[in-house]
Amino acid sequence: MSRHAHITGAYVTRVGELPGSTTLGLHYEAACGAAADAGLSLDDVDGVLCAYSLAEPHPMLASAFCEYAHLTPAFSAVVQAGGASAATMVVQAAALVLAGQCRHVLAITGDNRVSGMSRDQAVTALAQFGHPEFERPFGLAIYAAYALVAQRYMHEYGTTAQDLAALAVTHRRHAARHPKAHKREPISLEDVMGSRLIASPLRLLDCCLVSDGAAAVIVSAPEAAADCVKPAVAMLGAGQGHTHEHIVAAPSLTAFGCRDSAARAFARAGLTPADVDVAEIYDSFTITVLVELESMGFFEKGEAGEAAARGELDLGGRLPCNTHGGLLSFGHSGAAGGMFHVVEAVAQLRGEAGERQVPDASVAFVHGDGGILSAHCSMVLASH
Amino acid sequence: MATKPLPRITPDTRPFWDGCTAGELRVQHCASCGRQQFPPAARCGGCSAQGLDWRPITPRGEVHSFTVVHRAPSAAFKAQAPYIIALVDLAPGARLLLNVVDCETQAMTIGMAVTIGFEERRDGDQAAWLPVARPAAHGCADV
Repeated sequence: MSRHAHITGAYVTRVGELPGSTTLGLHYEAACGAAADAGLSLDDVDGVLCAYSLAEPHPMLASAFCEYAHLTPAFSAVVQAGGASAATMVVQAAALVLAGQCRHVLAITGDNRVSGMSRDQAVTALAQFGHPEFERPFGLAIYAAYALVAQRYMHEYGTTAQDLAALAVTHRRHAARHPKAHKREPISLEDVMGSRLIASPLRLLDCCLVSDGAAAVIVSAPEAAADCVKPAVAMLGAGQGHTHEHIVAAPSLTAFGCRDSAARAFARAGLTPADVDVAEIYDSFTITVLVELESMGFFEKGEAGEAAARGELDLGGRLPCNTHGGLLSFGHSGAAGGMFHVVEAVAQLRGEAGERQVPDASVAFVHGDGGILSAHCSMVLASH
Repeated sequence: MATKPLPRITPDTRPFWDGCTAGELRVQHCASCGRQQFPPAARCGGCSAQGLDWRPITPRGEVHSFTVVHRAPSAAFKAQAPYIIALVDLAPGARLLLNVVDCETQAMTIGMAVTIGFEERRDGDQAAWLPVARPAAHGCADV
């Protein structure tokens, strides 16, 4: 029988506008929450992984955090893969515990990009992700890069603005059931399609939120999981896929590394998309989650939007997806955005998701996307 | 008044920008398989050969995708919004991202033929010539 790493603790802070919050403070709150959830003390943790913060950039964020929290772990490092950072951190943590390097690894993400910077500063900082020679001089921002994908994808597969809007509406409906979600007021198709254009064809409500917040998980070695109090969640398989960093260099605007990433994760888990009870899939924009759903074996090309409109991504639907509301409605705090998906998967697999619980969820799929559908990381998780 | 960013030119990419200054569009060329390549990379994306050189390419292309940007990413671009960004295919393996000007936003289509010219951008005593696309007067791009 294969040895699996276990997620033994998970926690998400309040998310939204958190005046007075700091990046390191949010990290600390999430870390303490995850440790308490696992029934551990912070000092039981012997590995620490962090990602990045826009509001308080640190060249060595994991070291800065450990200094702040008075931790002296046996292993510490930063993982940076944009929106795929969180999933990649969890996969790296699993590798560390399975290799015997650590017993309990804390993977922490967080950013105070609302209260720690102005909206313009946040948008400008996000524009730095563009290529410094061949994109940024032309006024490309992340949302415009995803808009280029959306325009081409719609051209090739007939996806419509209404398909994209149906995804936004679905996410908001999910968020309404989560007490910590940043945006909970219901929205309609008309609200989405009537919201202001950001970069055609994407409108404001096709775009993720910008939130303060943090989330952390603890990944434990199989023999160490018994130290913890909650039912462990096993990582059955994980995989990645990489094709480019910048959209100008993407080999295709309609086929991305998420296909290989998911295929590798499913192959290692010995499962297929049909086995998944609940999916938590990176949704920086409506087009992001639509492309991923149609690339990873959950829906055929051109079908995900109509499926969302029919309620297939809702509770009780064929594939409940982003049951916390995702980046579109739960919140997006940089690298923590992807960790929110992980924390929600853990809640679902433990049966702790309250009114948004998928009944008897035993297999969850989590996917992170970094850059412009550039770096992908997928995980298949299961209740133990 | 905020100025738009100049390209951060490196020794690797200097031949492209020198070409722009000279009014000539240049892309990487692979002597082994003949592939034309842009953006530049360490080796050929077709046959993996190294030591690519730079050669001029016909400054015409076809719009692979585009967006009309309404929300500018920085103060420098606000005055220009809404503006068009397009991915333009010059040849298989050679794709540029740039602004399309002299074109109504409603007139933009995927597959549209464009010609590439150059415009000077200044920031204090620094300057660079940037490629810019315009709708081709008539006919199709030779791609």
